[in-house]
Amino acid sequence: MSMNVDRDHILVEVEDIHITFGGLKALNGICMNINKGEILATIGPNGAGKTTLINAINGVCHPNPGRIVFEGKDLTNMRPHHVASLGIARTFQNVALFKGMSVLDNITMGRHSKIKSGFFSQGLYWGLGQKMEIEHREAVEIVIEWLEIQNIRETPTGALPYGLQKKVELGRALAAEPKLLLLDEPMAGMSLEEKEDIARFILDAREEFGTTICLIEHDMGVVMDVSNRIVVLEFGEKIAEGTPEEIRNNQRVINAYLGTDGH
Amino acid sequence: MLYRECGVFKSTYAEDMAIFPLPLDKWGMGILLIVAFLVIPMTADRYLLTSIMIPFLIYSLSTLGLNILTGYSGQLSLGHAAFMAVGAYTAFNLSARLDLPILLCFLGGGLMSAAIGSLFGIPSVRIKGFYLIVATLAAQFTIEWVITHWAWVSGENVLGAIDTPPMEILGRSIDTPVEKYLLTLVVVIVLTIFAKNLVRGKIGRAWMSIRDKAVASEIIGVSQFRYKLLAFSVSSFYAGVAGALIAFCHLGCVQVTEFELLLSFWILGMVIIGGMGSILGSFLGAGFMVLLPIYINRVVRMMAGVVPSDILTNLELMIFGGLIIFFLIVEPYGLARLWLIIKGKLRLWPIPY
Repeated sequence: MSMNVDRDHILVEVEDIHITFGGLKALNGICMNINKGEILATIGPNGAGKTTLINAINGVCHPNPGRIVFEGKDLTNMRPHHVASLGIARTFQNVALFKGMSVLDNITMGRHSKIKSGFFSQGLYWGLGQKMEIEHREAVEIVIEWLEIQNIRETPTGALPYGLQKKVELGRALAAEPKLLLLDEPMAGMSLEEKEDIARFILDAREEFGTTICLIEHDMGVVMDVSNRIVVLEFGEKIAEGTPEEIRNNQRVINAYLGTDGH
Repeated sequence: MLYRECGVFKSTYAEDMAIFPLPLDKWGMGILLIVAFLVIPMTADRYLLTSIMIPFLIYSLSTLGLNILTGYSGQLSLGHAAFMAVGAYTAFNLSARLDLPILLCFLGGGLMSAAIGSLFGIPSVRIKGFYLIVATLAAQFTIEWVITHWAWVSGENVLGAIDTPPMEILGRSIDTPVEKYLLTLVVVIVLTIFAKNLVRGKIGRAWMSIRDKAVASEIIGVSQFRYKLLAFSVSSFYAGVAGALIAFCHLGCVQVTEFELLLSFWILGMVIIGGMGSILGSFLGAGFMVLLPIYINRVVRMMAGVVPSDILTNLELMIFGGLIIFFLIVEPYGLARLWLIIKGKLRLWPIPY
């Protein structure tokens, strides 16, 4: 199914993007698609440009030259907050939670763009202001229940252990009900049990909300189990793309990343 | 035992999201309001009203404004006193020249201050921390300069002083201390509730997200430009109204020197001592900085015969400074956090098991 180009199925088109930091070519002519409803894994050695790719999609850095199209809209020079409003959410490699705010507030932040009430209705907590707050609280509670973190609802996230922080961050991204969810190493530094937990949530998110997911992960076991398709990057270039099975047997990938003879 | 959630069953999110979800808090607040509205006006003497309660309320309001900017949104500012001056002089001009109703003058003072505050807030989009402090210092000096040099602003007064015209609400003149106190109280309470609603809702969360992690907040969809400027304008609005209250309800006659840089530092001090990012902290901080010197002064004066008078005046400052350091060491997150800890302890006290 690797080159099955049917445009209706494509959610994101990444067209020949280049990103340079000073003299360093972080991304050098990447072309790829993210299909609707799939779980796409991006793998590659450290410094391959995986995070830069995600940063480019959600507007943190802008490709030049190159073009990124999301549902027919050109994202190339959009500001991140604008990209977010189109339905793209992400998590970070190093947890980027709002440490002074409670779990509840953090996850509610995910719905920021969806809360449509004006300044005065919020200040007076009257009419739409109150209605919106309660309505979105209900939506947030669904995510909290789903992630099974009811007991830490009111805890400031700064006080939580790492594994739970990762979970809350995932919750914050999911609360936005994104069309595309970008996960930057959602399982880094986790125990096996926690990894299985997160893997289950990723699969469930796709099942229950129909979210398209693009994830970066180093744990090959997880990547092979979870993803439909894999893109492999090395030194800012795409060296392979295909199903887990195809990637596992691709000689270039084995050389670059998985190790030459499977030790 | 005395203070607990146990036995309080909330069945709707609206109940859970109320400002005071616990009955004990509601009762406490009710009693506090009764004291503020009935007991104090009926029993207090002129001194308590004009020298303690009115300034305490006004500085609380001003501190609340800076807390929105610094405590909630994480933007440092040293121009807060200047924004108070803008409010005071605008309200004066609206009242003296256009003869507008007094509440409209306060509103106008706040709005003018908000406009100028958001203008000086624009650099915050690009710079932060110490650099932003320097940019807001520019506001402090520019505004002071404008008020002293443009005679029109102070009604052609040589010293830049303004003498506020008499106040009137619906034909009833406000001139006794009790009336001024009640007017201040109502304004402060209304604006405090408004601020509380802002900070617990979408806008407040967006502000705190900017403070805690700007990158993540932008990626979630918070426009940094819009929300930082909103924080500056809301903060300056509160400063402006507080400034107008100082002119009309507290001093009656003010000069620019009332609003110099030192006051900006004082208000920042109130925010830090009271507790960053806390509405209650704004009141506690203002209370600490306004009331404590008065009581220290009383205690020190009792030693008048024993200690030489030149040491006596310095002793006041030393005790005050020492207490500030003491409280910051005991609780670096401010008095509001101390209150939270006490509340936490009261959940079990006096029977810990």
